[in-house]
Amino acid sequence: MTDGTAKISVRGLKKSFGRKTVLDGVDFDVAPGESLVIIGGSGTGKSVTIKCILGLIEPDEGTIEIDGDNATGLGGGDRDALMAKFGMLFQGGALFDSLTVWENVAFRLIRPRGASRREAREAAIDNLGMVGLGEDVADLHPAELSGGMMKRVALARAIAARPDIVFFDEPTTGLDPITADVINDLIVSVREKLGVSTVSITHDMASVRKIADRVAMLHGGRLVWTGSAGEIDASGNPFVDQFINGHADGPIAMDVRRP
Amino acid sequence: MNPLAAIGRTFLAFLSATGRTVTFAALALFHCATPPWYPRLIVRQVLDIGYYSLPVVGLTAVFTGMVLALQSYTGFSRFQAESAVAGIVALSITRELGPVLAGLMVAGRVGAAIAAEIGTMRVTEQIDALTTLSTNPFRYLVAPRMIAATLTLPVLVLVADVIGVMGGYAVSIHKLGFSPTVYLASTFDILKTMDVVSGLVKATVFGFLVALMGCYHGYHSRLGAQGVGQATTYAVVSGSILILTFNYIVTEIFFPE
Ligand SMILES: Nc1ncnc2c1ncn2[C@@H]1O[C@H](COP(=O)(O)OP(=O)(O)OP(=O)(O)O)[C@@H](O)[C@H]1O
Ligand SMILES: [Mg+2]
Repeated sequence: MTDGTAKISVRGLKKSFGRKTVLDGVDFDVAPGESLVIIGGSGTGKSVTIKCILGLIEPDEGTIEIDGDNATGLGGGDRDALMAKFGMLFQGGALFDSLTVWENVAFRLIRPRGASRREAREAAIDNLGMVGLGEDVADLHPAELSGGMMKRVALARAIAARPDIVFFDEPTTGLDPITADVINDLIVSVREKLGVSTVSITHDMASVRKIADRVAMLHGGRLVWTGSAGEIDASGNPFVDQFINGHADGPIAMDVRRP
Repeated sequence: MNPLAAIGRTFLAFLSATGRTVTFAALALFHCATPPWYPRLIVRQVLDIGYYSLPVVGLTAVFTGMVLALQSYTGFSRFQAESAVAGIVALSITRELGPVLAGLMVAGRVGAAIAAEIGTMRVTEQIDALTTLSTNPFRYLVAPRMIAATLTLPVLVLVADVIGVMGGYAVSIHKLGFSPTVYLASTFDILKTMDVVSGLVKATVFGFLVALMGCYHGYHSRLGAQGVGQATTYAVVSGSILILTFNYIVTEIFFPE
């Protein structure tokens, strides 16, 4: 934070699919070491926002800077170099089901970095330890894991190469409240240990309260509210209030009912 | 509904699909031809595509050779031309039926498997995950399958050629009463190197096409289980049609008359 350069800086981000506008001018910054959480209803474009930053989706308009350098329209080697700064936990885990758990976790260490398989396996087991999994799962295949274990393995894979920025797409969705809380704790501890910046997406208010420094609410293609995690209950913003309280009535519901 | 407009739209859709496929093929070729390669993955694909296709291709070949002998015998005996059986079997198998039938079997078995696997990876975001792990999906997924299929299909077809001719031989000797020495002699008499080589060139082209269609449809699979199912069907159908199309083209090049 000392030099004032944001880790991630997004300005005027726009993306449409066909005639459907998903993002319509999104702006935000993430400071070094900060945890930003993006909340919003289903289909509002939270995943699309992250995928634009990762370069998986090409934005229609707007700029994205990582550490002050442009991150849009990169190809080949530049893209790979940028990817080395990122870790991503996908919404569905996205573990490679043809590989074992440890090969998944060590994937980046083996392929692009060329570590030996023995070294990589040891590193993978270290990382599995960080997310509370023992060596016994290392040789299983992803299909043999429960949902909670899969999220942990995906988390271990996301942090294995020590990225600067980690993205979490709905890390607790589909888990029971206790497992979800364990994942939240893991996210917090990983962030403290590694000092990374994080951008998380969630619908889960318990998760927001636990992992967020700052919260941004996405609605109608824009961020309708941004504030610190402490302010969220007194935001005075009708969208945020409705989201927190989970009421069907309010500005968001009216939007949904419009034909 | 204007029928002309509908025809026009279909034609334009066809053109744009062709363009996308050619672009995809060019990208795939580029990644096949430039390092880094992943030898472990290529070996695994060679086993998957080649070794496990052997039983299917072998059975297809042996019965085709047998039925060819029987059919051409009953046909040619009407003109007292039974001695042509050996040549008919050898030429049909090596030039046409070996590569085409093996290609179609592999399109069904391997093209479908490739499309389903890559399509599932697309749908479950594993392809996006590859990219975020600094690994190019064309290098990691597409190139090994294309290389393996292109190298393996000629070998499969060579095996099919041998088995097919043996099938014809078995029926001719044991059922139709040919003399083994005469049958073999006339087989090798008629068969030219070019007959076998043209079949193997076809096989190379077919292997490329089958893997290309599997990868292309899997890679562009629509989301959801239905999308993957559709990708699989498209891969098999388009792979088979391309095989038959290119079979004619390659034949025309080798034997222009
Ligand atoms: N590749 C794509 N092609 C076409 N439309 C897409 C694509 N990706 C996303 N969309 C559309 O963009 C919209 C936003 O999708 P997104 O996945 O970002 O939602 P989300 O906010 O993450 O929702 P959820 O909380 O349900 O995951 C959706 O309506 C979706 O249909
Ligand atoms: Mg999402």
